Amino acid sequence: MSEHAKAVFYPIITLIALLALWVVAIRVFKVPNFVVPTPEAVVSSLRRGYIDGLFWKHFLFTLQSTVFGYALGCSLAFLLGCAFAESKTIERLFYPYVVALQSMPKVALAPLIIVWFGFEMTSKVVMVVLVCFFPMFINTVVGLRQTNPALLDLMHAFSASRWEILLRIKIPSAAGHIFAGLQIAVVLGLIGAVVAEFVSSTRGLGYLINAAAVNLETDVMFAALISLSVLGISGSFVIRMLHGRIVFWDKGTATRTEDVAE
Amino acid sequence: MSEILLQVQGLGVTYASARGKVKALEGLDARLHRGEFLAVLGPSGCGKSTLLKLVAGLLRPSAGRVTLAGEPINGPRPDVGIVFQQPTLLPWQSTLNNVLLPIRTLRRDLAQGRRRALELLQLVGLETFANHYPGELSGGMQQRVGIARGLVHDPALLLMDEPFAALDAMTREHMMLELQRIWMATCKSIVFITHSIPEAVFLADRIVVLSARPGRTIRELSIDLPRPRTVATMGEPRFNSICNELRSLFTELVHFN
Repeated sequence: MSEHAKAVFYPIITLIALLALWVVAIRVFKVPNFVVPTPEAVVSSLRRGYIDGLFWKHFLFTLQSTVFGYALGCSLAFLLGCAFAESKTIERLFYPYVVALQSMPKVALAPLIIVWFGFEMTSKVVMVVLVCFFPMFINTVVGLRQTNPALLDLMHAFSASRWEILLRIKIPSAAGHIFAGLQIAVVLGLIGAVVAEFVSSTRGLGYLINAAAVNLETDVMFAALISLSVLGISGSFVIRMLHGRIVFWDKGTATRTEDVAE
Repeated sequence: MSEILLQVQGLGVTYASARGKVKALEGLDARLHRGEFLAVLGPSGCGKSTLLKLVAGLLRPSAGRVTLAGEPINGPRPDVGIVFQQPTLLPWQSTLNNVLLPIRTLRRDLAQGRRRALELLQLVGLETFANHYPGELSGGMQQRVGIARGLVHDPALLLMDEPFAALDAMTREHMMLELQRIWMATCKSIVFITHSIPEAVFLADRIVVLSARPGRTIRELSIDLPRPRTVATMGEPRFNSICNELRSLFTELVHFN
């Protein structure tokens, strides 16, 4: 068997073993369905949800708020990160507050954000923005500051403008760090969306889990959790793929990001 | 001898460091004629790289003056090219685009620059690697790209800061021959900073020897070995006697410290 086939086949063995263990454990220990559902119940719940269509609006709601919030939060963090790394004045003005905000657990802000931005999607997007912001911001600043000083000397010697140095040298140099930030922000963004949905919502996978918990519908909860995992894994996968394509010259940070994600 | 291109007079540089003021250079004098190959030889930490940054306009002197073609150097100038100790190529740009970097930052004509870049890549023997990325090139090849980049905007003066120090011994010897060939083909004025005695003797028309920190000129000598110098030159008694003379000078220097 080729190495590639092994890489696909071996995890499937583990999956089958775990599923078997699940089924057997439920039978042997007589676990009631409202505590742990059978795999069949979860599958049929997923089928009902996605084929009959009940889950789609929740899935799309969470997907949308995460994607909007992620794009907004990461862009904002990138731009502010550039401003911070480039200007000592901006850094001096804001640094203590950035640190203070960063140390605060952002999920504790969720109720306040619901009060300010309402029960609809806006509050979820704002929550995702907040949660995505910091890893991306810090990584951008650190990445830009770690530019090889010899490259900067070179650019100065060739009379390059500050703008040119930022665009041509600093940002590409920081690309590895920036993608590491994007990678962390994917997972955190999804957490942000679900937390905001937990606090107050009428839609979304987080809402679905909350609602199902009230009725002890563990099969629906499992189905929603699987949906969230699919979202998270797909997001990470897309970012990792983009990382490999865009930062093709930097094999070192590409593997480092993988280490963070897994 | 032809006209003086670069003149360094009474040059002094003092750094403020955590342990107070450090003198990097003090009372340094040197000059470079147009078309000349000057080697600046000195022990590690004698301020050789500081000298190069001054000439490149990246640093200001604390004392004395540096003039290029009669004008004082007040900042980076378009008529100076630099080759650093590390190749410092942009890993995200192809060889050709790396060579074109000064053309872009100096806003020169790109089409003309591209022609010149391809000529230079041919001169350094890398014409078939124009579309390769630096990660696909060996250390010696990367440094040759660096040399092409230093020459692409046709500077009057090329500054080289220990460009072969990071290379292995065999590549280094090969690069010395290459650089001599490139220099003879382009007739550039070169300031070549090094701490390798044979490298300086092999390449230079004239050598300026600096003392340990704070660096100042302690010796100047002309090397009149015939050009082009070859691998055989390095076996000649003249070559070895010059090297030995410089070596004993360095031993004395270290003794003094």
